[in-house]
Amino acid sequence: MNQNRRFLLKGTLAASVTGIAISAGLLTPKAVMAAWAKQAFEATDVDTALNAAMGSAATTDSDKVKLKAPDIAENGAVVPVTVSSSIPGADVIGILVSTNNQPLTATFNLGAKTEADISTRIKMGKTADVIAVVKANGKLYSARKQVKVTIGGCGG
Amino acid sequence: MANTIKVRAKIKGDVASVKTLISHPMETGVRKDKKTGEKIPAHFIQEVNCESAGKSVLNAQWNGSISKNPFLSFAFKGAKSGDSLKISWVDNKGESDSIETTLK
Repeated sequence: MNQNRRFLLKGTLAASVTGIAISAGLLTPKAVMAAWAKQAFEATDVDTALNAAMGSAATTDSDKVKLKAPDIAENGAVVPVTVSSSIPGADVIGILVSTNNQPLTATFNLGAKTEADISTRIKMGKTADVIAVVKANGKLYSARKQVKVTIGGCGG
Repeated sequence: MANTIKVRAKIKGDVASVKTLISHPMETGVRKDKKTGEKIPAHFIQEVNCESAGKSVLNAQWNGSISKNPFLSFAFKGAKSGDSLKISWVDNKGESDSIETTLK
């Protein structure tokens, strides 16, 4: 009986030590995550999000920013989007959805040799404008396209 | 954990085009569980990093509004056969994964 108790105690002690080790380990990724632009992503309107993510909300419509998205998305949970640009010196690409709770969907910081041509898939709650923003030489260029959504991808 | 990242990279001339698929639930934190009516906590990838031959090629920051099992494709110049390609992600819970391959 007594021995069993000892054994149990040892077991709990070992478990709690592991727990501490895990929580200590968790601290590292948190430090890495600090780079995530929380303010920009949690902004609830397009201008605030742009200001926080790119330092300005003044965008110029440009036909050099190409946004490829479907006219009608049957499933709002998976909307394929391609953003490309022929503007020289493009270093940041942003994708926003005008009516989502948090419009800023993604930003892409391009390396020196990376082409301004990104494809991904996004979620849309309802019919909205998809806005592509390209930052080049400190200026913002944008293109937008309305995508009709028949089934929303954010609720459930 | 089995690797969650799938990569396909192709070199044409000196341009490498990379396609990746990551398996991840990408929960926004807004969706509700249909049975219990409780909110499903947010769980999504916040950052994806890609580097090739020791240089950063792409740093993507994502919100929960990127689709489940995210797909990402991009291209970069100055690539040559034999260069390394490393892709890694970190999510809002601090989970992460990475994969390393060589360009062919």
